[in-house]
Amino acid sequence: MCLSLPAKVLSIKGNLAEVDFMGVKKEVGTTLLKDIKVGDYVMVHAGFAIEKISPEEAEKTLKLWEEIEAAGNIE
Amino acid sequence: MKLQEILNKYRKPDMGKRILKNLVPKLERINDRLGRKLNLMEVCGTHTVNISQTGIRDLLLPYVNLKSGPGCPVCVTDNREIDWMLALADIKGVIITTFGDMMRVPGSRGSLVEQKAAGADVRVVYSGLDAVKTALNNPEREVIFLGVGFETTVPTVAASLMEAETLGLENFSVFSAHKVVPPALRILLEDPEIKIDGLILPGHVSVILGRKAWDFLAEEYGCPSAVVGFEAVDILLGVNNLADQILQGKAEVANAYPRAVKEEGNKAAQELIDRYFTVTDAQWRGIGTIPQSGLELAGEFKKFNAKDRFHVSPGESRVPKGCACGDVLKGKIWPNQCPLFAGACTPTSPVGPCMVSSEGACAAYYRFHRNLKEGDLGG
Amino acid sequence: MDKILLAHGDGGLLTHRLIEEIFVREFGSDILGEMGDAAGIECGKKIAFATDSFVVSPIFFPGGDIGKLACAGTVNDLSVYGSKPRFLSVSFILEEGTPMEDLIKVARSLGETARFAGVKIAAGDTKVVEKGKGDKIYINTAGVGEMLDNFSQAHKIKTGDAIIVSGNIGDHGAAIISRRAGIDFESVIKSDCAPLNHIIVPLWEAYEGIRLMRDPTRGGVATTLKEIAMQASKDFLIYEELLPFDPQVRSAAEVLGLDPLYLANEGKFIAVVDAAIAGEVVNFIRRFPEGENAAVIGEVLEGRGDVKVKTPLGGTKLLDMLTGEQLPRIC
Repeated sequence: MCLSLPAKVLSIKGNLAEVDFMGVKKEVGTTLLKDIKVGDYVMVHAGFAIEKISPEEAEKTLKLWEEIEAAGNIE
Repeated sequence: MKLQEILNKYRKPDMGKRILKNLVPKLERINDRLGRKLNLMEVCGTHTVNISQTGIRDLLLPYVNLKSGPGCPVCVTDNREIDWMLALADIKGVIITTFGDMMRVPGSRGSLVEQKAAGADVRVVYSGLDAVKTALNNPEREVIFLGVGFETTVPTVAASLMEAETLGLENFSVFSAHKVVPPALRILLEDPEIKIDGLILPGHVSVILGRKAWDFLAEEYGCPSAVVGFEAVDILLGVNNLADQILQGKAEVANAYPRAVKEEGNKAAQELIDRYFTVTDAQWRGIGTIPQSGLELAGEFKKFNAKDRFHVSPGESRVPKGCACGDVLKGKIWPNQCPLFAGACTPTSPVGPCMVSSEGACAAYYRFHRNLKEGDLGG
Repeated sequence: MDKILLAHGDGGLLTHRLIEEIFVREFGSDILGEMGDAAGIECGKKIAFATDSFVVSPIFFPGGDIGKLACAGTVNDLSVYGSKPRFLSVSFILEEGTPMEDLIKVARSLGETARFAGVKIAAGDTKVVEKGKGDKIYINTAGVGEMLDNFSQAHKIKTGDAIIVSGNIGDHGAAIISRRAGIDFESVIKSDCAPLNHIIVPLWEAYEGIRLMRDPTRGGVATTLKEIAMQASKDFLIYEELLPFDPQVRSAAEVLGLDPLYLANEGKFIAVVDAAIAGEVVNFIRRFPEGENAAVIGEVLEGRGDVKVKTPLGGTKLLDMLTGEQLPRIC
């Protein structure tokens, strides 16, 4: 129901941040996500950053899958 | 590895293909055990679209019934609310700001697109902040924002209201048709006619609510559930998780989208929802009244309520004859089992909202899978 | 005289001045300079004839303007049909109050594009409407081309033919939408707006195996493919992985919830050709900067007009025509 895409934070100015969606830049609101810094990746919905993306979790999900696959576990 | 590279991996087809290879035998075993095809339901319009777009619906068709529940906020917006929005657009001098999603949705007498053609000032915005900006730039005119959406969108509207307050705008108001998802899932799971073996939970609603908010699905209803993201790999991993749960006879609420969804969700966003909105009963198109499933402006923020500021009558609302959006939304029938599908009801002349919204189940089936015969889909 | 007045369209002195000082000069056309009621032109025996109107907003956009677009649009229509574009007529409908400078810029751009494409502007007209009854500048162009021996015929399309697109998809639509009020993207997406007769005409002349070409303007590549498939009564199978996109266009479309296959193109064509010559045709197109990303994107199958897309995962979905303008969505 809710379109939201990852974007990289380029700069922060008050309640606004400039973010980069793989080449397309846009100013978005940061009211819902105070604790961000330049270089973070955030999910953006309807012009607002709504959550920070965790690099550790992003990697872990894929690793976990690869381990299951390697073990040939079809349970 | 850099995060961008990791995120790119979620889009790589080879990863998806490997998951599929692993997943299909599991699904076959489940179907053998059940003696029928597995029924999974997603409740998110973006899932509906992405499952079709990526080809997953087609690839899993022999093994799973991937049903689309009430996950498109536009589709569940009641006729009376749409009529109300149209009545607001009729007020002379008013500027209506809306997400593009609402523009073509038919009420009892036309849609916003038609109102615009007839001279109403209706503007599509990408964000609630753009609506606030419109009000700031047009101080002599009343600007109404049509608030439609679930928990993901509501905090962005609250944050926009906060901005309007800070700016001291007196010409800005919101028509709130917002809804919350959990009560609707209860209604589905309590309906004996609806058979769901597992729920694909909406990833971005979960970003706000947190994984924990769904625990009742497993605890009270014993329904295997997983919070799922939106890339092809995410969706397949989500289905894979549900298949594992079902094979192991477990029912839990798994987090298959942990890079964006936390246990507790986004507290700041939740607080904003609670500050600006209050929970009420709400009418869901095709489903009926669901207790405690709607959001109205709360307390001192009532001054921003367009329903109070402008006294207009939505008139007599009519539900189009033969429209089976309700049954489609509940997953009781497939879109192509509606008597109007692809005949009287098409994306160019939609009868019900499931056909008009591009995230609607009917529109997705019309666009991507019109070649499917009724028998290709399961019961 | 820095703004368009109603009098610029009344046929009197100001109209004459506008024609002489802007159009004749910028279009560099001797026929237009004669100021006759009609133009006598010489053309081959069989002619192709096309017309198109342009109402794009904003009139200046990254990669072009309404003048370039109005020339390229008709030139490309004539070319993909199978003719060598020769003459254009240009009609302006101007909104009262439009800055004269804007009109001059647009006329200059139109004139330059016509010279690049080798077409002569042979006839023109100007009307002015009251402020608020138009949107700055509207242009209609009509064009005449010499028919070539080989030209677009859907019935020539055979099972096994290859489907080619001449470059990145959706650039024009993405450039326009990212400039719309309320979207405000900062991007370097440029419209692909350009005349393509210098690529298309030599292709018709060199390859008998070209069955049909068409320019995927409004409605985008998806709508155009569906139109061709239905006219040919064949199914098309498109491989999503082969579709060329500028990554920025893809991101912009994704952020707004739009499908780039439905975004307009103004400097691209689709060609259905004998599979045996597909490689050569693609290599030819790639020699031009406008066609450097040309690619075979699919094949023709037996069928009745479905356009099927094979996704990278291996699933299949259908493509249909655009139903109503694509609107940015958040759901």
